[in-house]
Amino acid sequence: MVEVLDAPAAAGSDAVAHLLDRARGLAERLPGARHPVVAAWRARGAETFASQGFPTRRVEAWKYTDLALLRETRFEEPILAADIRPPLDLEEEEGPLLVLIDGRVRRDLSAVSHLAPGVAIASLADLLRARDEETVAGLGGLAPETLPLPALNAALAEDGAVVRIADGVDGGTIRILSYATARAGHPVAFHPRHLIRLGRGARLVLVEEARGEPEAFAWQNVVSEIQLGPGARLIHIRLQDEPLSAVHTATLAVRVEQGAEYDSFTLIKGARLTRNEVHAVLAGPHAALHLNGAQLVDGVRHADTTTVIEHAAPDCASRQTVKTVLAGRARGVFQGKIHVHRAAQKTDGYQMNQALLLSPEAEIDAKPQLEIYADDVKCSHGATVGELDLEALFYLRSRGIPEAEAKSILVQAFLDDAVSLVADEGLRERLHAETLAWWQRVEHGG
Amino acid sequence: MLKIEGLKASVEGKEVLRGIDLEVPAGEVHAIMGPNGSGKSTLGYVLAGREGYEVTAGSVTFRGQDLLAMEPEERAAAGLFLAFQYPVELPGVGNANFLRQALNAVRRARGEPELDAMQFLKLVRGKVKALGMTEEMLKRAVNVGFSGGEKKRNEILQMAILEPAFCILDETDSGLDIDALKIVAEGVNALRSPERGMLVITHYQRLLDHIVPDRVHVLVGGRIVQSGGPELARELEAKGYGELQAAA
Repeated sequence: MVEVLDAPAAAGSDAVAHLLDRARGLAERLPGARHPVVAAWRARGAETFASQGFPTRRVEAWKYTDLALLRETRFEEPILAADIRPPLDLEEEEGPLLVLIDGRVRRDLSAVSHLAPGVAIASLADLLRARDEETVAGLGGLAPETLPLPALNAALAEDGAVVRIADGVDGGTIRILSYATARAGHPVAFHPRHLIRLGRGARLVLVEEARGEPEAFAWQNVVSEIQLGPGARLIHIRLQDEPLSAVHTATLAVRVEQGAEYDSFTLIKGARLTRNEVHAVLAGPHAALHLNGAQLVDGVRHADTTTVIEHAAPDCASRQTVKTVLAGRARGVFQGKIHVHRAAQKTDGYQMNQALLLSPEAEIDAKPQLEIYADDVKCSHGATVGELDLEALFYLRSRGIPEAEAKSILVQAFLDDAVSLVADEGLRERLHAETLAWWQRVEHGG
Repeated sequence: MLKIEGLKASVEGKEVLRGIDLEVPAGEVHAIMGPNGSGKSTLGYVLAGREGYEVTAGSVTFRGQDLLAMEPEERAAAGLFLAFQYPVELPGVGNANFLRQALNAVRRARGEPELDAMQFLKLVRGKVKALGMTEEMLKRAVNVGFSGGEKKRNEILQMAILEPAFCILDETDSGLDIDALKIVAEGVNALRSPERGMLVITHYQRLLDHIVPDRVHVLVGGRIVQSGGPELARELEAKGYGELQAAA
């Protein structure tokens, strides 16, 4: 999809020039620099970003989210800090784990040896240095690189996770942890590029977490390209809990082939500014897509979920339930577009977005959009914005439940019909615990 | 146990309770009867502490404490329970979890140890059966998809689990067929004890055939206009409220 810009307003600004300088300076040093295809890909990204700059609110897709914070900051490259260990219990769970610190894969912290046959997990940087042709061919195949942020990612992508599951293989659960570190007074930016590919009939549960040190002023501009072969099934859980000083812009492109299923849940509760953009294509008949999630936004945070679902083939189903809870002076955005192509007869589309405002100063902008060009489709969508139900609150309190606990029960209940869509009990419980922890933060004014 | 003196209350600036005096000692069941709009439900809500009901005069003493100074949850912890006329649906809140959280909140306030899920289930099973409910109803969201009768039973179940010192039943008979009414009344009667007081709010005498009160008070126009023994309920049933309304 191509966004129309009415003016490249930010092009030429200091921050844009600074980032382009970086791209030029690093061009010779980034992994795969000497591979002509990779070099051309990066050059195209830089060119696109140079001509468009940061999107402004005059661009329709960015009407509700302002990137002034990015335009006004001079981000540096992350330093190589081999001694940094995230203060997380990495051995907590079994199974393969890939750890990225400031956007770079850290083999010493990861657990990617002893993989089952047909399961491959690697560092993008390693594969590009090794001139792995399959990796090179996959770069930018799905991501909308006519858009400035994915284009900038192409120009500056240094590393990322490459996961491949061979035909018919069940890859179990793979975790990816992206951790941002602090450098007082030195904002850093990194641009991970993840390539995930499931072969015909393959299975995988992918759990991605983004966290960071409390003071880390980091901008993570991540792009994920996910390709699901016929009959494949990916359960994708994303949790973003970065510190208040962080900026998180994510672009996820997923292509779901015939009979395949992409089942995702994204929980956003961190960062000062989050843009979670998803471009999904149902490319073959009987493909299924679940784009569920919750945005928990407190204080001065801003969270934006923008999704574009392309029904390009007949007999496909897409389901989307997104819940946003806003406290303090938080801002939330949901933009959900479903585009049913002429060929996509018998499309079954469902979209629900609901917001709960806990404070009179919080705001949500919600924009559902249906574009239907086929004539035999079933598409429904709904949107609600509300406050806590005072009658329900009184009912709980009249049973002896203190006000704070009663509110927590009602917030959890609001989130329940999204979180309950996560079929795996363990994952569901973890997400539930994360939402409870968020509520603790709100209650204690943190 | 519960002493109401000169209680006046307004809703949205309109005076609904216009000076109520009422005392219910421990061990007694008192009934409040009255026509629609007489302030019966308002009295229940004011006692339970619902927002939007402004007390403009008078006092309520409950077990020696100033009830009106307490938050709704503090009133519950002190032993007051209101069975709602229209029980509230709580989508996404499991009934069993809700009941356990309520019980544990009250136990905490009483300084008693909390019950874990197993202990709670043991406690609740017998009570569910006695009220003609199914354990499946514990798994559903609170009151969601419940019939009118199921909602009322769920109220009595909460009462049976929380074992409050004082119960206010607001039109618990409305929407119940005779079989359900009997089951609910049995549940209420099982809770009658020398230590417990009850206030039964009802429009019709029917419920009072099954929950026989010690005293009956007639509320008209926000005031108690007549009090008497259980026979007063039958008189009202025969005569209607017309005469009393005209007098008020």
